[in-house]
Amino acid sequence: MIEVEGLTKYYGNFPAVRDVTFRVESGEIVGFLGPNGAGKTTTMRILTCFSPATSGTARILGMDVRHESLKIREKVGYLPENVPLYDWMRVGKYLDFVARAKRIPSDKRKTEIDRVAKSAGVDQVMGRIVRSLSKGYRQRVGLAQALIGDPPILILDEPTIGLDPKQIREIRDLIKGFSRDRTVILSTHILPEVSQVCSRVVIINKGSIVAEDTPDNLIGGHGGARKARVTVKAPESDLLQLLSSVRGVSSVESQGATNSTETSVIVETLPETDVRPELARAVIEKGWDLMELRPLQVSLEDVFIDLVTEESQAFGANAAEAPAEVA
Amino acid sequence: MKGWYPVFCKETANFFVSPIAYAVIAVFLLISGFFFWANMSWLSLVSLQAASNPAFAGRINITDFVVRPLIQNMSIILLFVIPLLSMRLFSEEKRSGSIELLLTYPITDSGVLAGKFLAAMVVVVVMLAGTLSYPILMFALSDPDPGQILTGYLGMLLMGMSFMALGMFISSLTENQIVAAAVSFAIALLFWVMSWTSTLAGDTLGSVIRQLTVLEHLDSFNKGVLSLSDISFFVLFTAFCLFLTLRTLETYRWRG
Repeated sequence: MIEVEGLTKYYGNFPAVRDVTFRVESGEIVGFLGPNGAGKTTTMRILTCFSPATSGTARILGMDVRHESLKIREKVGYLPENVPLYDWMRVGKYLDFVARAKRIPSDKRKTEIDRVAKSAGVDQVMGRIVRSLSKGYRQRVGLAQALIGDPPILILDEPTIGLDPKQIREIRDLIKGFSRDRTVILSTHILPEVSQVCSRVVIINKGSIVAEDTPDNLIGGHGGARKARVTVKAPESDLLQLLSSVRGVSSVESQGATNSTETSVIVETLPETDVRPELARAVIEKGWDLMELRPLQVSLEDVFIDLVTEESQAFGANAAEAPAEVA
Repeated sequence: MKGWYPVFCKETANFFVSPIAYAVIAVFLLISGFFFWANMSWLSLVSLQAASNPAFAGRINITDFVVRPLIQNMSIILLFVIPLLSMRLFSEEKRSGSIELLLTYPITDSGVLAGKFLAAMVVVVVMLAGTLSYPILMFALSDPDPGQILTGYLGMLLMGMSFMALGMFISSLTENQIVAAAVSFAIALLFWVMSWTSTLAGDTLGSVIRQLTVLEHLDSFNKGVLSLSDISFFVLFTAFCLFLTLRTLETYRWRG
């Protein structure tokens, strides 16, 4: 369990994180979402006891990061951004070093390394030198070192960045696989990842939390309106007039003629109503050909962009400040 | 100090898996071997010439003609090579970012420090052990003063320790290994020769400068004298540099 209260971190005069408060229950996978420089990495560095906060408290499993740093570090597995491993070491030796550093007793060390290597899928490359590994395997070795000691808390900073789509899926499945009994915080700016992997999302921008909910609620709660795209073989003005008169439609917006005969419009409806049957009927009754009738889903991407841009408008004055280099 | 041992093993492995340790040790042995050969040849030449002059011959001995100059020369080579060993201790990890992971393992900062420092000292000890063939040869050929050899080696070890701690401190300040090496060498050299200005500085300041000069303290070891003040100079110098490194790590965390 992770409890963060009023966490603030300044780099000089620049607030990288300000007054961040959130809670992660055990067994949850929480996604940290935000543009570069939003304060994701800074928050993670505070949680992993790498860097102390300027003010506020963070408790992991009930222990304060300030006062019980060493005990927390035994319970937290961390994968930093860019996966800084020791390039000159062999994978097996590296994992052995990590196991020693994490104080795994010598009689259990070998079985622990084998277990971790298997679950992260690096058992085939144990003899390879880290430098020679592909990006995907590097990431896996990074995950393996985080998993050593079976920590109940995992903190992963952009675990899938820079991987190809197949590798992304593999790493994602790995994370889902070993997260059943663990608390996981992962940061990302790949949006589909969040809706696939995470049970909850914390959106952070310019150092502050702007939204926190399940991916579904975020999408559902966004605006509440539904949209549908309608393409009909009909003149534009007639079509607009007809569709505006359908009950439940709040606005109709023309997308222009797609070709000489067809016209596309976006129909926005009142919340919680589905007007597609009425729309279809109205068009057919007019004797026009209905070419397309497709509901438009609000994606997490829209939510994210909206929240992030709203924020930067609200913080207009601050936006002029130099952006943080530390993400 | 908790958790120093895994760091020590990793760092020692780094020195000996990469060519760093071998290259530095080879350079050290090559140059010190050259000086040993030159000093021995000089001794044999002088002895030959003195054969006709018994009064002079009595003043020729291997301790004064070989042991002392050799140990002086080896300390100077140490001054040059120690920055090469210390430069990567923290700079490398800062540049690659691996220090972030290292500092989130359950190891105290002092444990990280101790592990790295001791691993670097292992290289120094191996390097000095490699030169033991010179005293062995001298014992086989003549009768040097064993006490003076012993104190000479102790002095070199203490000096190596001090400069290693200094180099590690500088290395913790920068991500650039070349900068770390250059700055450590410059500061070490200043501490080495500072006393040259002591006559210009007046009585009080002059004696303070002399007390801070490495060469002054090293000299008494080389004369076969063991004094508490010289030993404590090196120990305090080391402790002070280690303390500064620890503080640097702490500020690195704050800025992290």
